[in-house]
Amino acid sequence: MSALLEVEALEMRFGGVRAVAGVSFSVEQGEVFTLIGPNGAGKTTVFNLISRLYTPTAGAIRFEGRDLLGVPAHRVARLGVARTFQNIELFEHASVLHNLLIGRHVHRRTALWQEMLFTPAVRRAERAFRERVERVIDLLELQHHRDSLVAGLPYGVRKVVELGRALAVGPKLLLLDEPSSGLNVEETGDMAFWIQDIRDDLGITVLMVEHDMSLVSRVSDRVLAMNQGEVLAQGTPAQVQSHQAVIEAYLGAPAAARGGGP
Amino acid sequence: MRFVFKTSYDQDIGLFRHEGQRFWYALLAVALLVAPWALSEYYLAQLVLICIYGIVGLGLMLLSGYTGLISMGHAAFLGVGAYTEAVLSARGWPFSLSMACAVLLSSATGIVVGLPALRVRGIYLAIATLAFGFIVEEVLTRWEAVTGGNSGLSVGRIELLGWTVSGTTQFYYLCLALAVACTLLVRNLLRAPTGRAFVAIRDSEISAQSMGIHLAWYKTLSFAISAGLTGLAGGLYAHKLRFLSPEQFTVLQSVELLMMVFVGGIGSVHGAFFGAAFVIALPQFISVIAAKLPAAMGSAAGLQATVFGLVLVAFILFEPLGLYGWWFKARTYLDLFPFYRRGMFRRQKAFQKSDRLR
Ligand SMILES: Nc1ncnc2c1ncn2[C@@H]1O[C@H](COP(=O)(O)OP(=O)(O)O)[C@@H](O)[C@H]1O
Ligand SMILES: [Mg+2]
Repeated sequence: MSALLEVEALEMRFGGVRAVAGVSFSVEQGEVFTLIGPNGAGKTTVFNLISRLYTPTAGAIRFEGRDLLGVPAHRVARLGVARTFQNIELFEHASVLHNLLIGRHVHRRTALWQEMLFTPAVRRAERAFRERVERVIDLLELQHHRDSLVAGLPYGVRKVVELGRALAVGPKLLLLDEPSSGLNVEETGDMAFWIQDIRDDLGITVLMVEHDMSLVSRVSDRVLAMNQGEVLAQGTPAQVQSHQAVIEAYLGAPAAARGGGP
Repeated sequence: MRFVFKTSYDQDIGLFRHEGQRFWYALLAVALLVAPWALSEYYLAQLVLICIYGIVGLGLMLLSGYTGLISMGHAAFLGVGAYTEAVLSARGWPFSLSMACAVLLSSATGIVVGLPALRVRGIYLAIATLAFGFIVEEVLTRWEAVTGGNSGLSVGRIELLGWTVSGTTQFYYLCLALAVACTLLVRNLLRAPTGRAFVAIRDSEISAQSMGIHLAWYKTLSFAISAGLTGLAGGLYAHKLRFLSPEQFTVLQSVELLMMVFVGGIGSVHGAFFGAAFVIALPQFISVIAAKLPAAMGSAAGLQATVFGLVLVAFILFEPLGLYGWWFKARTYLDLFPFYRRGMFRRQKAFQKSDRLR
């Protein structure tokens, strides 16, 4: 069986900058695959390429064997890829419930005229959407915030709401861009549990970008380290963390040299 | 104090939140139905105008308040609807058919005007729609063969299924029925996936797209529906005025319409009608005040525009949710009585000040 997501020799240039320079990896069904790397390594750009917000200058992306580059951005979610953003992109002036319901948009089957008249079919669909969304609310314990406007919520809760919105899509592959950034220790712990539940109980494959190495080692099956758009190492969390090139990228070459050198 | 216990999802899906609301709306319906007996001819005519402006308000609210696309050219859609209705009804077309054409033509115009919205938003879109407003104004003036140019165009009576609508009362019921139908249509859309897609686009295009929302399609749709509603109002407006001339559909009128939804309360269906009532009532109010002022001030030409401007600025500074904000607070106060506390809405206000219409 081929992998769920295959990225092949992916390259993205912004003018003179090669944000992603020949990255290849593949994510297997049912695993948590993590991208790590210092700021500016090109991790978010890889996410934006997969969700088709950018078109790569070279390379290929396949999801379930299908060429993603022939798919427009608004079709990616329908294929089963949902994502969160590094700097939370929620619908600020809508309630939490409303945000999660928008996650169900790809499952819309009713026609415009039916919605204008709010026919029984629309009502049935709304109920079904709501039931699905309530399951996400229960899983992430968002009950208290259901009717709150997102704009008034604390950062930690918004982060969870964004995860919930992506889950509401009912994806096969979930892209999480720095799910723990800005969270305190306790919230990070919850996030780790949820990511494990999402993989083990919901059977959703997770591709994430993360800086918190304890979270990474706790939940990841495999890790890929990047620097300056290139792949440094790939393997289990322990293998990658002890890889010489990765240590140098994080500490900076001179520091590594001082610490014993190659 | 009122507690709303939610026992089924239908409570959130339905039109009314609780029985109390159903009661108040029923009362409002009765009041509107008996209005022709309770009000003088003059005030009934004002109510007709509120219905018509309210429909425009709904359209503009959908576009600007819910989809986040500013239009400075809505008077043009009003004009397209009004002239289409006037021209077709003069040729003896039945009202239902000529009105359908007015709506469709406005919608089609809306789709064309919406094209720039696929690329630009904010101030650039405002300028693009403003330019469109000027173009339509010019066409209405120059295309004399059809529009009568500056000498105007008179509008006949409404023939509806063999029934001639005559007199203010009958026309009032027609406008009321259409206003209610439009309100229901907009409310239905807003509680369905399409309405949620509009709000998503307003708040974050990038994540709307990642949630599978086709930006170009929904923006175009929003323009089409908004323009269609405005065109419908235009058709009614033509019969209300009985005489059309291009200076009724100027860019200044567009600005007034936009102001109407801002004062009413951006992002609320109620706001469309609050705004309409305000725009209709203010000139009356000003003329009462003006009569009491010294002649030099009272008869000054810019008095009305000045007061409009001041009110708008005051609302944007102090109550960004407009008249709807007042109403919402009053309702919450009554619902929570006696537990209302000062400063309850403070946080809400802070976010509205930031960028509601980004
Ligand atoms: N839209 C863009 N236009 C220009 N440069 C960009 C853009 N997006 C990212 N970059 C550049 O690409 C590089 C990688 O950025 P990013 O993928 O955000 O890094 P990371 O998420 O790993 O911190 C950075 O140098 C950044 O400045
Ligand atoms: Mg990043």
